[in-house]
Amino acid sequence: MKWIGTALIAAALLLPPFVAGDFYINLASQILIAAIFALSLNLLVGFGGMTSLGHASYLGVAAYLSALLTSRYGFGHGSAALISILGTIVMAAFFGLIALRATGLGFLMITLALSQVLWGLAYRMSNITNGDNGLAGLTRPSPFGISLDSAASFYWFALIVAAFAFVMMAIFVSSSFGSSLKGVRDQPRRMAALGFNPWMIRWITFIYAGFWGGVAGLLYVYYNKYIHPTSLSTTSSAEALLGVIAGGSGTLGGPAVGAALVLLLKNYASAYVERWNMLLGLVFLFIVLVMPTGIVPGMQKLTAWFRGRPS
Amino acid sequence: MQFWIIQGLNSLSLGGLLFLLSSGFSLIFGLMRLANLTHGAFFMLGTYFGAVALRDYSGLNIWVTALGAGIAVAALGGLFERLVLTRLKTNPLGQVLVTLGMSFIISDACLVLWGGDSIPVPTPQNLQAPTRLFGFVFPTYRLVLVGVAVIAAIALYVLMDRTRLGAMIRAGVDDRQMARAVGIPVSRLFTIVFCLGAGIAGAAGVLGGPILSAYPGLDADMLPLALIVVILGGIGSLFGAFVGSFIIGFIYTFGTALFPELAYVILFLPMIVVIAFRPQGLFGRAGA
Repeated sequence: MKWIGTALIAAALLLPPFVAGDFYINLASQILIAAIFALSLNLLVGFGGMTSLGHASYLGVAAYLSALLTSRYGFGHGSAALISILGTIVMAAFFGLIALRATGLGFLMITLALSQVLWGLAYRMSNITNGDNGLAGLTRPSPFGISLDSAASFYWFALIVAAFAFVMMAIFVSSSFGSSLKGVRDQPRRMAALGFNPWMIRWITFIYAGFWGGVAGLLYVYYNKYIHPTSLSTTSSAEALLGVIAGGSGTLGGPAVGAALVLLLKNYASAYVERWNMLLGLVFLFIVLVMPTGIVPGMQKLTAWFRGRPS
Repeated sequence: MQFWIIQGLNSLSLGGLLFLLSSGFSLIFGLMRLANLTHGAFFMLGTYFGAVALRDYSGLNIWVTALGAGIAVAALGGLFERLVLTRLKTNPLGQVLVTLGMSFIISDACLVLWGGDSIPVPTPQNLQAPTRLFGFVFPTYRLVLVGVAVIAAIALYVLMDRTRLGAMIRAGVDDRQMARAVGIPVSRLFTIVFCLGAGIAGAAGVLGGPILSAYPGLDADMLPLALIVVILGGIGSLFGAFVGSFIIGFIYTFGTALFPELAYVILFLPMIVVIAFRPQGLFGRAGA
């Protein structure tokens, strides 16, 4: 049964460039980017039990760094990407040092405050970030001389990165380190008694999640060729968190599904109504009140229930 | 010299405003273990109520408006607590997420109702004339605002420390189960405290109006300040919120005046220092 599902997903992922128009290919690319981002947040929320409301920081900072380096300081895309990712990792390490002094709600509040500070900086340091106007006129890289300007080529690029990210994060959580992470999430004191260092395990996970958040940020800025302070806003963090929770935190595929749903909702809703933030708020209330464990676990429960019944 | 004194007063008045905002946040967190991310939106809602009411009804004065807005926001908060938060008693993360969702709804509703342009809140007429003290000129309204914050702080202290209700709330903070066991209606206390916190934020929104004016995004500007104040002062501690508010008031005002672009970075330096050496905040209790 399982390989059929995998094959179906693979087919669905490989199909868009052949059958769909540019609009839908672009939509699929955006979903892949949102999925990487949600998966990276899920490492913290689902597997680490650290609910961060500041994950947009890593997406935004990597995107801004790459945008600034390529458009203003004349770096090539390769070196700019490398520096952006390194910068994001250093920032994640530093933010982790601060935020991981607390756990639970304290952690959530500190991550939120830190990301709001970055958002404020992006708005106010307008001689560097161009403030509310954002940075426009950016370019996409052309790895190995292949231009990514067409919708299909960018989709393949995003798909390769997303597949790699998914495999790397799957390995991460199923490794022995991942097991110790789940142990720290559930029983930090017992893990400490067993000789593990809960703080270090959390910190490493925090940095790893920040790294993949940065990768999502690079794809984000390549795709949009534009960057604006809203990418650093609480709304941006909240959308990702909603994806994680709607899809089912602590599952591997769930957040990707959740992120896709949030993105589709956002796209379709904005075609009809202007009130995305209000809708996002309502969806938050709905998901938390009605299906708090997420859609994918909800479905699993449902299928298990069907299978369990004698036919 | 005039610069330092005026900026000093501005710091005090911003600090007073921050105290009104963060005291409610801190109270709610202390009792309910709930990080109420709607708090910035409650504040903004108050500011809009005030701005619109004072614009459309010339007979109103700002104090009555603040009281009215406080009651209105408290009622809204109470509804939200009764209808939504109580359903999520066993799910603290869910509670935080619905407060976040609620803040998006409120801020977007404000945008729909009152548009994207900022609406100024006039300074009350009898407080427009500057006050002269020791040869310096002070904006009177800001002086009054500091006074209001101090009075509110004293009132809250008396409420928490000298009344039966305060004693019940403190009991709920210390040991919820035990408080229930001796017959304290803890879940009704939750509603009362949530209304109180929301109401103070709403009233503070009106009072802050003449300094800040009502504009979209005010909630996103105020919430991090409140968060930083309570992280600095110690989550759940009123005294911590008081001290933290004035520290942040000074740092933010002087930071903005002296290094306008770096004000935001300077703002979070004290937070980092405090978290590094005293994770529970200046006046917080360990394990809280």
